Amino acid sequence: MSTLLEVSGVTVTFDGFRAINNLSFQIGKAEMRAVIGPNGAGKTTFMDIITGKTKPDEGRILWGDRSENLLKMTEAQIANAGVGRKFQRPTVFEAQTVTENLRMALKRPRSPFSVLRHRPDAQEKADIEALAEEIGLKDHLEKQSGYLSHGQKQWLEIGMLLAQDPQLLLVDEPAAGMTAPEREHTTDLLVRTAKTRAVVVVEHDMEFVRRLNCKVTVLHEGSVLAEGSLDHVTSNQDVIDVYLGR
Amino acid sequence: MDFIKRTPSLPAVLFLLFLFTLIVSVFSTGGGGDLISTSMVKTLGKTLCLCLAAIALDLVWGYCGILSLGHMAFFALGGYLIGMWLMFERTKNIVMEAATSQPLPLTPQELSDAIGNQIFGVVGGSDIPAIWFFADSLVVQLILVVAVPGLLALVFGWLAFRSRVTGVYLSILTQAMTLALSLYLFQNDSGLRGNNGLSGLQNIPGLGHVPQSILSLWFLWASALALGLGYLLASRIMDLKFGSVIRGIRDDEARLRFLGYEVEHYKLLVFTLTAVMAAIAGALYYPQAGIVNPAEMAPIASIYLAVWVAIGGRGRLYGAVIGAAAVSLASTWFTGGQAPDLPLGFYTIQWVDWWQVLLGLGFVLVTLFAPQGLAGLVDGIFRKGDSK
Repeated sequence: MSTLLEVSGVTVTFDGFRAINNLSFQIGKAEMRAVIGPNGAGKTTFMDIITGKTKPDEGRILWGDRSENLLKMTEAQIANAGVGRKFQRPTVFEAQTVTENLRMALKRPRSPFSVLRHRPDAQEKADIEALAEEIGLKDHLEKQSGYLSHGQKQWLEIGMLLAQDPQLLLVDEPAAGMTAPEREHTTDLLVRTAKTRAVVVVEHDMEFVRRLNCKVTVLHEGSVLAEGSLDHVTSNQDVIDVYLGR
Repeated sequence: MDFIKRTPSLPAVLFLLFLFTLIVSVFSTGGGGDLISTSMVKTLGKTLCLCLAAIALDLVWGYCGILSLGHMAFFALGGYLIGMWLMFERTKNIVMEAATSQPLPLTPQELSDAIGNQIFGVVGGSDIPAIWFFADSLVVQLILVVAVPGLLALVFGWLAFRSRVTGVYLSILTQAMTLALSLYLFQNDSGLRGNNGLSGLQNIPGLGHVPQSILSLWFLWASALALGLGYLLASRIMDLKFGSVIRGIRDDEARLRFLGYEVEHYKLLVFTLTAVMAAIAGALYYPQAGIVNPAEMAPIASIYLAVWVAIGGRGRLYGAVIGAAAVSLASTWFTGGQAPDLPLGFYTIQWVDWWQVLLGLGFVLVTLFAPQGLAGLVDGIFRKGDSK
């Protein structure tokens, strides 16, 4: 299996505090990975580094077949290269409708002048409707997204993530605030997506992770503590110590 | 068209603008009526230009979230650039006319000296500065009206946005730019007549035979046309996906970056575009005002513009228009000495002094009770009408 993303020896320090400490991580082109770890383990910072929000002090991050250096790219360039991110707290543009949110996310040219020339077309309409169908918002297309429920906002953000058609999906607690059937739908969607793309799920909920049925990476104090199947890592003594306290 | 359906304010504003222009024209001195004096027509024409500047600020602030305190500098700069042609050409005509009584025609050097003396004598110079090189070409100066403020905004914006300066820090930076520009122009050797500024701009070269009462109408119509086109352009752009992205920048620019949008490029485009819009408004305003000087670009002017947009309701184009029109006309009325004094027995309120207090009070009241501005109140009325 060829590697899509390779993070090696990355270190980030905030005011002397090492949020990420010599972290290495790899993921293939069609792979699901769950990242777990206690609060402050560096999960969010890890995502910030990959998406270009935070620049590491050391280490390198290589992307894709041509091994491009992600550290030299802006957030927008990284996103356009194929890294999509879903935030823990749903962040959609609340003042705009579901359609407008999805339209902005759809994979189309992103430069100001091409966006100025953009006009809605049949293809786009069909794409938006197909996405809305998938995320169960078909009847709310013209609704201002600020009026959606918390769960619906989560779905809209997942829809925006899919709309970008990324090669790597970074998903932070996708199931938070969802009902049981919705969680099942989410699991389903993620598993299906991971057949053709790389998906990294950050999650606290062990039950949810178990259902994803994938390789697990345990982060602790900014580095990888253990990696392997869920059963393998949960029987690891270090992991037990970290989670259950010493 | 769907666009019109989604933007019901557009036909309403365009119709009211047309009606307003028509009524003013018919009742003006120049139009044969006697109700509206020529100076009033000029005031109204200037107000339309201010409304256009307010739309520019609303785009950049109300929609894109960048509180620029520099747009009136671009406005005044537009006035300076058209003023250079107006003043140069008119002076040249006067000098040439005076020379017709001389036995010999003027050499180019004599002509240039005479013009230089006329224009720059007041700041103790007689050479025509290099920046006036194109001043006898209307076409070039008109291009410069767009190009100079546009370029200034582009360079300034590029430096500021690239460094990710946002929020109040960016506002301070734009204000610093405005102050620097104004202080520079206050100097006598800036080449633009220091604190005297450019004057006599109401006299249009080649149109000396047209009375001011008629000229004022022409400028009123030009201003109304510019405002109408500006409103149309702004509402069209904001209706596109482009507008979606711009509003997205205001609400959560980091999120847009993760969607793959280079936010800085968008900001730069909007900042530059609106600077040009403000400059065009200024180029129409100052021939009606007759004079442009560095005080016009002092930071306070840009702050007033922001106050108008805030009172009118930012993020709504008609809000900007309502705010700029209402507040600037009220300001003219109160500070022009027409407002009757208010005797309180122990003290008499003279509005010339108290207008600013009233404006401040109005600003506080709007902020407290109508956070969406006057336009928010208009919206409320229409929405109530809908639900019935």
